[in-house]
Amino acid sequence: MDTVLAVTGLTKSFPGVRALRGVDFALRPGEVHALVGENGAGKSTLIKVMTGVYQPDEGEIRYQGQAVQFATPLAAQHAGISTIYQEVNLVPLMSVARNLFLDREPRRYGIIDSRAMKREASRILRQYGVDVDVSRPLRSLGLGAQQMVAIARAVQIDARVVIMDEPTSSLEQREVETLFRVIGQLKAAGIAIVYVSHRMGELYEICDRVTVMRDGAVVAVEELQNLERLQLVSLMLGRDLNEVQRNGATAFDTDREVEGQTVLKATGLTSRHELDEVSLSIRKGEVVGLGGLLGSGRSETAKAIVGALPLQGGQIEIDGKQVKRGSTAAAIRAGAVMLPEDRKTEGIIPNLSVRENIVLAALPRISRLGLVTRAKQDEIVDYFMKRLQIKASSPEQRVADLSGGNQQKVMLARWLCLQPKVLLLDEPTRGIDVGAKAQVQEVINELARDGLGVLLISSELDELIEGADRLVILREGQVVGELHGDDVNEGELMTALATAPAEAEGGDPA
Amino acid sequence: MTDVAAPAAVRVQDDRKDQTLHFLQNYGVYIAIVVLVAVNAFWTSDFLSLDNLRVQLFQVVPVLLVALGMALVIGTEGIDLSVGAVIALASAFIPLYLGYGAGLTIVICLIAGAVSGVVSGAMVAFGQVQPIVATLALMIGLRGVAVILNGASAKPVNDPFLDGLGLDSILGIPKMAWIALIIVLIVAFVVRRTTFGRQLVAIGDNRAASQLAGLPVRRVLVSVYVISGVLAALAGVLIVGHGAEADPSNYGLNYELSAITAVVVGGTPLTGGKVKVLGTVAGALLMQIISATLVQHNIANSYAQMVEAVIICAAVYAARGRGNR
Amino acid sequence: MSHVTVSKPAPEPVVTDADAQRASRAERITGLIQNQGGIGVLILVALAAAIFSSGFASSGNVKSILVGNAYTSLLALGMTFVIISGGIDLSVGSVFALGGVLAAWGSLHGGTLMAIVLPLVVCAVWGLVQGLLIARAGLAPFIVTLAGLLGARGLLQAISSEGTKTYLVPAHSAFLKLGDGTWLPILTAVVLFAVAVVVLQRTRFGQRLFAIGGNENAALLMGLPVLRTKVLVYVLSATMAGGAGMLNASRLQSGVTNIGVGYELTAIAAVVIGGTLLTGGAGSIYGTAAGVLLLAIIQNLIGVHLSQYGTSASDAVNGGFLAVVVLLQTYLSRIQRTQ
Repeated sequence: MDTVLAVTGLTKSFPGVRALRGVDFALRPGEVHALVGENGAGKSTLIKVMTGVYQPDEGEIRYQGQAVQFATPLAAQHAGISTIYQEVNLVPLMSVARNLFLDREPRRYGIIDSRAMKREASRILRQYGVDVDVSRPLRSLGLGAQQMVAIARAVQIDARVVIMDEPTSSLEQREVETLFRVIGQLKAAGIAIVYVSHRMGELYEICDRVTVMRDGAVVAVEELQNLERLQLVSLMLGRDLNEVQRNGATAFDTDREVEGQTVLKATGLTSRHELDEVSLSIRKGEVVGLGGLLGSGRSETAKAIVGALPLQGGQIEIDGKQVKRGSTAAAIRAGAVMLPEDRKTEGIIPNLSVRENIVLAALPRISRLGLVTRAKQDEIVDYFMKRLQIKASSPEQRVADLSGGNQQKVMLARWLCLQPKVLLLDEPTRGIDVGAKAQVQEVINELARDGLGVLLISSELDELIEGADRLVILREGQVVGELHGDDVNEGELMTALATAPAEAEGGDPA
Repeated sequence: MTDVAAPAAVRVQDDRKDQTLHFLQNYGVYIAIVVLVAVNAFWTSDFLSLDNLRVQLFQVVPVLLVALGMALVIGTEGIDLSVGAVIALASAFIPLYLGYGAGLTIVICLIAGAVSGVVSGAMVAFGQVQPIVATLALMIGLRGVAVILNGASAKPVNDPFLDGLGLDSILGIPKMAWIALIIVLIVAFVVRRTTFGRQLVAIGDNRAASQLAGLPVRRVLVSVYVISGVLAALAGVLIVGHGAEADPSNYGLNYELSAITAVVVGGTPLTGGKVKVLGTVAGALLMQIISATLVQHNIANSYAQMVEAVIICAAVYAARGRGNR
Repeated sequence: MSHVTVSKPAPEPVVTDADAQRASRAERITGLIQNQGGIGVLILVALAAAIFSSGFASSGNVKSILVGNAYTSLLALGMTFVIISGGIDLSVGSVFALGGVLAAWGSLHGGTLMAIVLPLVVCAVWGLVQGLLIARAGLAPFIVTLAGLLGARGLLQAISSEGTKTYLVPAHSAFLKLGDGTWLPILTAVVLFAVAVVVLQRTRFGQRLFAIGGNENAALLMGLPVLRTKVLVYVLSATMAGGAGMLNASRLQSGVTNIGVGYELTAIAAVVIGGTLLTGGAGSIYGTAAGVLLLAIIQNLIGVHLSQYGTSASDAVNGGFLAVVVLLQTYLSRIQRTQ
């Protein structure tokens, strides 16, 4: 059998988005197949279609030579396709053995034979390099060991295909090594593995082939050894290496003199598993871009600065004054505000009106004795709806009913009416249409010209390179480089992103 | 986050169904009131007599007060099961302190309600205990405290001021109802026109976003439970005034349920993010009219209880899934 | 397709207990407090009572504590199952009373078999309806069972002339034997608790409850029959409550109509004090037994020393206990999470 799982011409649309456009994907038994692509490339949709979470609009899935259609994830699981999610999907309070055998416990006379179950569990887990007392609660194990239990469980149910969605994102180095050893064993047993990760080093360490996706389509399928790192990154990001000269794909205005004083200074920001001594500063009127692939700690850095991420160490100064860590209210008072990446869950208040969303953070400032003054509100809302060209039927329209671009402008207005000193933008133009995108970019420009310090996070290279005066490069929660002036270009950025961590710094703090 | 979306055809159908549901959720309670009043006007003798209406008002006011506080708590995606016990607690304080004057007694009762609110609010906001669990503990404990303070049997309360509060009328309308009217207006004003009211709704709608927007989430949460406690205590004072005795063993039993019913029937979703003050008033009135209808047609209390149980489940069922729209 | 076993060469273990132990001293201490705290306090209180309260340790008093709580402990038993599954059942007090009235009515109108079967069947159906509303229609358990509390009480009053009519069990009925004497009630409770231990710890049904309460999403993904299990647990709880009411009616020789008010709260308090997490996913029958006994002893002591306050003092203590335990649980699980 040449392929164990093959999909052809897979198409899947959601209202307003074509998530998959005619995707082909083939998986051979006993291979580790990397599936890569930036956010929104369609990886997770593809996985969900293959595992029965979604039904395809068009296209065919063949599993072990037969056309199949999985109605539920459970059906896929029964057929032998198991998914290991980024977050361990087991029951943390139950014991290791019970998690491993849940609903498949060995029984005698209908009564669970716990002794046999524990014995079996220990035996199986030892093969995965986990040698612990299996009657301990699962959560007392490290995340790596928990992940192993999940894998062992998946394999125990006769899995032929195991899909791993960023399995290493919360693992420590040592745990990663174990995982890789287990993957090697699975491979030897003829099990096919789909491996999703953003860590270049890992891909090259364990994967045989790679499928690169971008904008809902497959752009390359290659033997990994035939593909250089830089090529892989350029495929993922969709930029041709040789195409250096471009004529401004964004509305950013590239040359700007930055001579203001430092408005934000963050030093040594450290958060367990996420940030490791991240330091950066922003001057007045400067746009600092935060470069890095997904999972490099970009969003976490921004969140840490506005007090939305608990920190174990580090200092934040705004305009020379130290800001209390871990308090969003304090950060906002000091003048640092953030446009979150996930508008839906962290940004908008869906059922409130445009007006109320705009004035939400400013309410205490524009009210007297706790009474909301409507005139002042209308003034602010009017001003920003005009300035940012927010398209809504009226200020009273429910914000959830606006387009993504307009929601984003509402979010911008919410912060701008506070007259902040530092604006942190996490993917400010993601998922919004071209027109709104240009408008948002222009506004960012204007704000910087007016002396605001801006931190810009974007997965789009154009935006990052043209928008930023300076780039700080992050990888795995650490600052690994900085690009100034003429170095802020695509080639340099991609080189920086593709470099393996081991080459960039001396040893891993395990 | 999953971007699960239904296919287009299903969505259109859902939208139509949604619109009907939405209409019923918003206006169903008013329609039901009109229909029931009309039916009763013909069918039930003396239903519209002033005396009867006054009796109904006396009965509905305490529930209404508790429901208003409950509506605010539910608006933050919380729940307050302790309100019945707070009523009992307030009633137990009255005979104890009446010697110092009615005014002071009432203040003490309201403070007791506020303290209970601080306790449950702090457990929710700072201790990160689920609201249902935090208030359940108070629900169990406070009634015990109340009975200890008062003793197991009812104590007579003969204070002209309190009795007047509970029994007299101004312009033919019970004083209690005037108080309730004022409080309805205040609560409606607070919800719509104050910073606090808007923050409350925002927190209930999207707590993570509210936190990131720098709203004082903890302060608002604690305040909401304090308001609920104070209003429950006030209801307790009025109940004592009306009954002219303090009976913590029996006062306030099942009030949490009646209040939740009024709130939900009035169109406030249990998932938070919306507070319907007028809807809550209508919800309380509707439940009162239903029970009055049953009582006046000599339908036993037992059946009335079962009807109420069914209405609660139906209302929650109808309001289900509204939060994520 | 053959079973895949990954083996040979067996790798050197990478994760061992030594690692885990280093990481988890706090975990084990907090776990110990959670699991054994109730039993510890029970032993302390019992010892203190035996030493300082004369007559507490007398065999008569001990017997009366055990007999007096034998049937109500069954409410806590059923509640343990419900709470472990992540739900709550506020209707058990009313269902307990309903079971008693139905049993007395049945013994009058149909004899012993009717007295036993009728309450069990009616209460099981009551639980089934609640379970379906919760699991199938997706309504919040506390709302459904709060309505159930009201409805079951209404049903009880409807069949007892608004609670004014107390059905007496005929004096010669064999039904009276069921709750007779000292040892039979105690034995009944002990046997049912023992069976519950086995069901919870050693059957798939029990394991599914833990899984659903611990992580319902994961339980679904693992393919457990979540819906069926959730319905079943409410049926179980209501049947247990109705059965307890039935046995109690046999003992009281009548169907007392105003019994059971607030029993759900005592049951919840006992379960939680016994270390079962109100958020679901963890708990034990031993803990519940300890919780029941602890509350029973406190009630007994209050009855002896503070008799003027009656049961209300123990309610106050229960509530206080519950608040402290719940805060402690939240605090402990937060420590464990940040590890």
